[in-house]
Amino acid sequence: MSSEIAIRTEDLRRVFRARKREAKKQKREVVALDGISFAVPRGELFGVLGPNGAGKTTTIKILATLLTPTSGRAWVAGVDVAADPKGVREHIGMVSGGETSGYGLLTVEENLWMFSQFYGMETRTARARIRELLAVVGLSDRSRTKIYHLSTGMRQKMNFVRGFLTEPEILFLDEPTLGLDVQTARTLRGFVSNWLLEHPDRTILLTTHAMHEADELCARVAIIDRGRILACDAPANLKRGLKREAIVRLRIGGVDDVRAAVEPLPGVSRFAQRAHDDHLEADVILASDAALTSLLAAVEAGGGALVSLEKREPTLEDVFLEVVGHGFEEPNGGGAA
Amino acid sequence: MTGRSKWTTFWRTVRGRAYPRVIGAQREKSWVFFEIFLPLLQVTAYVFIYRAIQAPPEFLGFVVLGGAMSAYWLNVLWSMASQLYWEKETGNLELYVVAPTSRMAILLGMALGGMFQTTLRAAAIITIGALLFRVSMTVTNIPVLLGVFLTTLVALYGLGMMLSSLFLLFGREAWHFSNLLQEPVSLVSGFYFPVRALGQLVAAAASVLPITLGLDAMRQLLFPSMMTSLRFLSAEVELAILVGASVLFLFLAHRALSYFEKLARREGRLTVRGQ
Repeated sequence: MSSEIAIRTEDLRRVFRARKREAKKQKREVVALDGISFAVPRGELFGVLGPNGAGKTTTIKILATLLTPTSGRAWVAGVDVAADPKGVREHIGMVSGGETSGYGLLTVEENLWMFSQFYGMETRTARARIRELLAVVGLSDRSRTKIYHLSTGMRQKMNFVRGFLTEPEILFLDEPTLGLDVQTARTLRGFVSNWLLEHPDRTILLTTHAMHEADELCARVAIIDRGRILACDAPANLKRGLKREAIVRLRIGGVDDVRAAVEPLPGVSRFAQRAHDDHLEADVILASDAALTSLLAAVEAGGGALVSLEKREPTLEDVFLEVVGHGFEEPNGGGAA
Repeated sequence: MTGRSKWTTFWRTVRGRAYPRVIGAQREKSWVFFEIFLPLLQVTAYVFIYRAIQAPPEFLGFVVLGGAMSAYWLNVLWSMASQLYWEKETGNLELYVVAPTSRMAILLGMALGGMFQTTLRAAAIITIGALLFRVSMTVTNIPVLLGVFLTTLVALYGLGMMLSSLFLLFGREAWHFSNLLQEPVSLVSGFYFPVRALGQLVAAAASVLPITLGLDAMRQLLFPSMMTSLRFLSAEVELAILVGASVLFLFLAHRALSYFEKLARREGRLTVRGQ
């Protein structure tokens, strides 16, 4: 395998089997990954985008040597994850969203120092880098605070510092901004972008279900659903593929479901809807503008009152709708993550 | 990493993982009550029983020593064997696994930190107990006594390291296992009386647990006249068995850790919480 490829998977599959006594109550087998293949060149920030249960975390767990694949193969830094997990660990780091790692009775600085020791870092170097990184994420004034006093956002900033402290060649970020407020999430996204600019030879694999995050950060994105990769390209290219089509967002009052009226219409490529307190929001991809008239007529015939109509540029959410066939927040019956 | 830097990482890992126990645990002052005062209450109960039946004064020493050593057993059971269960629940376990270090180094760090932490508690129990109940001890051979004490700790924490690998695979089931072991072991290991009182067969079976032989040997070295007729095996034989047990448990811990880690990765149980 070329050394320019940091991560590669080949027909990776993972099936979770229920234990005997659990098998009576639930499905015996859940296919979390169903033969995914992709390659990430060194220096790239690669995103894996998909809803809950799509297989994102399973992918990261396999690549980070926490889980073995049922079949297929994966290499990280040229090392086979199943055959030589120890070899892989020399090259990687990991940060997960909602992490509660560390020991509450230790301070932020002590916890970070402890984790640095597992990578064999010299104490003086570790302490200098901890101070530097805490300043970057705006946590310097909390370095002597015991971590059980930290808010969720502060704790996640600390987790980021832990992940980047050892400057790993390949870093796995698993839903790293999950549950964070807008400002903290923005700070951390900025931190990731800057870090990669300063370390162009490092590679990041990011899983997220935040479309804007993938759009903002990733050089390429793989859209994954039910354990399969459905599309993989640069966000701009993925969106460009939808330029020929018309994408409209309707806000409709008076009804809470227009699927039956809209979905069968000729010219409607994809449809997704979300109910809000006082209106229904529908995203529709039309084969052409010409289909708009019949769409509006169908809404009206179904008892809906049009509140607003917005024709807009395609987003990754539209790409997801196009390739997956249902909206991101709609139930999909996907596998386990 | 080179061979040399692997060793550096190994020892830095040991130091890093011992740190929360050496420093962090002392920050929670409630340990004085829960880990010194409560065990002393139990010791006191046995002291009054022995006084009531007019047992020889050495029996008070047996009880105080047993009370101090029970702190190590509880530490091994709840902070060593079941520790990986907690680490999994808090998310630390996956970071340990992903780190390019030896899992044995992490367990060793936990063990050394636990020994330090527990030694403070055990020393407090033995000092307060000895002063309170006027226990007099005759130290016949300090190097052998130290040897027995340290070898008991190595064997005991080696057993704890071995048991902890089970928790990589099992969740709450292994938790019940710890619960199951706590009281029966304090009975069959003779924490509050010489183990020989249970008969040779039970004493021999209980010798699987290093604390049984360790306690018996230490009692022989601290209360020689009384233990002449109450000892299970000679202190030298018990020390030799403890040395063998130390090597065996550490070896088994290493093998079990490697085996259960592989199995847990295959079955996807390394990171499944709330099991």
